[in-house]
Amino acid sequence: MNIYVCIKQVPDTEATLLVKDTSINEAGIKWIISPYDEYALEEALKLKEKIAGSTVTIVTLGPQRAESTLRSGLAMGAENAVHIETDELFLDHKTVAAALGNAIKQDDGYGIIFMGKQAIDDDSYLTHIYLAEHLGIPVATNVIAFNHEDGKVVVEREIDEGAREKIEMKVPCVVGATKGLNEPRYASLMGIMKAKKIPIKKLTLEEAGITDVTTKIKREKLYAPPEKPQGRVIEGELEDAVKELVRVLKDEAKVL
Amino acid sequence: MANIGVFIELKEGLFKKSNKEILSLAKKSGMDVHAVIFSNNPEQYSNEFKGVKKVIQVKGDDLTYQPDLYADTLAKVITDFDLYDFVGGNSARGKDLFPRVTAKIENAGLIMDCTEIDLAGHSVTKPVYAGKLLSRYVIENEYRLFTIRPNVIPVEDEGTGADPEIVTFDLVKNETRCNIVEIIKSASKKVDLLEADIIVSGGRGMKAKENFVILEELAEVLGAGVGASRAAVDSEYATSDMQVGQTGKVVNPKLYIACGISGAIQHFVGMKTAKVIVAINKDSEAPIFKKADYGIVADLFKAVPLLKEELKKVL
Repeated sequence: MNIYVCIKQVPDTEATLLVKDTSINEAGIKWIISPYDEYALEEALKLKEKIAGSTVTIVTLGPQRAESTLRSGLAMGAENAVHIETDELFLDHKTVAAALGNAIKQDDGYGIIFMGKQAIDDDSYLTHIYLAEHLGIPVATNVIAFNHEDGKVVVEREIDEGAREKIEMKVPCVVGATKGLNEPRYASLMGIMKAKKIPIKKLTLEEAGITDVTTKIKREKLYAPPEKPQGRVIEGELEDAVKELVRVLKDEAKVL
Repeated sequence: MANIGVFIELKEGLFKKSNKEILSLAKKSGMDVHAVIFSNNPEQYSNEFKGVKKVIQVKGDDLTYQPDLYADTLAKVITDFDLYDFVGGNSARGKDLFPRVTAKIENAGLIMDCTEIDLAGHSVTKPVYAGKLLSRYVIENEYRLFTIRPNVIPVEDEGTGADPEIVTFDLVKNETRCNIVEIIKSASKKVDLLEADIIVSGGRGMKAKENFVILEELAEVLGAGVGASRAAVDSEYATSDMQVGQTGKVVNPKLYIACGISGAIQHFVGMKTAKVIVAINKDSEAPIFKKADYGIVADLFKAVPLLKEELKKVL
């Protein structure tokens, strides 16, 4: 099976973010694969190991710097990488999905496409669903368990209160991964060495079938939320402190 | 007068609180409110629909949630009734359904998890980078869809005004591409963290899975949901559906009680919009105390049971 994984490069989860105009200030930022995309990649690699003759191709859309994220993905065990290179940071999600879909369609057929349910930068939760619609194939989102049997995909999707929906889909399909799906592997030293030599297929937006880059959803402002004022540590004997806590929650904060 | 559509989410027949929040928002906008409900007997919710202009009742032999059927139907409702603004809750269902609907409508755009919304200005604010930053967007699509984070909009106007006109609409019966074949219920009855008013949460300081029982007991007294930090989930003290934070759920309760949680930025961004944060931790240097409204420096295994007993007295 030709397995695909769409990944996005995002700032490290521990990064402190400063604003520059309507973007983040990229100076000093450490970039990583979006964690949900990492679960997607791990699941793709596990599937490849199960189905003989399969390959895993990772696809990203982003500026030049995103190449390092493709290298990390190759080091984990993907065979091929496609980089739709663009400096456009504010494309509509439908445009991004179309570019990813068109790039995937250029190859020799596709089976299952994995990607994270959301990227942890704009937290949109849209691209995997738009991708499936663009390709006219089924999609399941927030997937916490994945199974592929007899040409059919059966997944479990996390809904409210720990309940799950069990969903069946035909292949090809899109699987939106969430935390709990698996434990992503670390790249081996050999994997890292090997990854350096794999050629990356580069596409422009135009080569990925995108000619119109006008956005209809425009970011007007990016800003840090107001800081909370320093709170109060309730001192004293534990029993008294607990009593005081209940009193302030009830009478002052009025949240009980 | 322009139209606004509201997707009414039922949960096993119950009218969710988030519906009331969104109906409040829609009524306040001054637009003609169209509530869309998938139900064969919507009369039972007539109190909730007072002040709504039109209820669009989607009916069918089987209204069990199937993503493709619901999405095809809603897309048709939105375009047939000119619902240029269309709003729903940012629940598990909303997050599954709204992108599918938007994908099916030409010139439609969607922003999910909005925490502020200016319908007249076509402008919304939503947290990005897990809430480390906020982003304000203007949306210029012909059809504008939004999901709203629960507990953000106050319910100001509960069931006042005239009765709506009810029109029916048949569930679209296209072939489905993905099929929900089973709902697997959670072993224990849990409170939905996304909508919870109160959350009691445990971190690495819980030390073992079994110890979460003291949080569950506290939660029971409060009618609260039980959450966990990533450290607790990674140590397998708690399951991943309980995780609050950057790679877990972003919650917005009135009261968040963090027990044995150090307060790493990745956790904080998942709960910082809580109205009141309480921290219980034995390490007085823990960063959580800088972020909490009220803190108690103590062994949680002593403090939590005491807190439970004290609350029992006043609740």
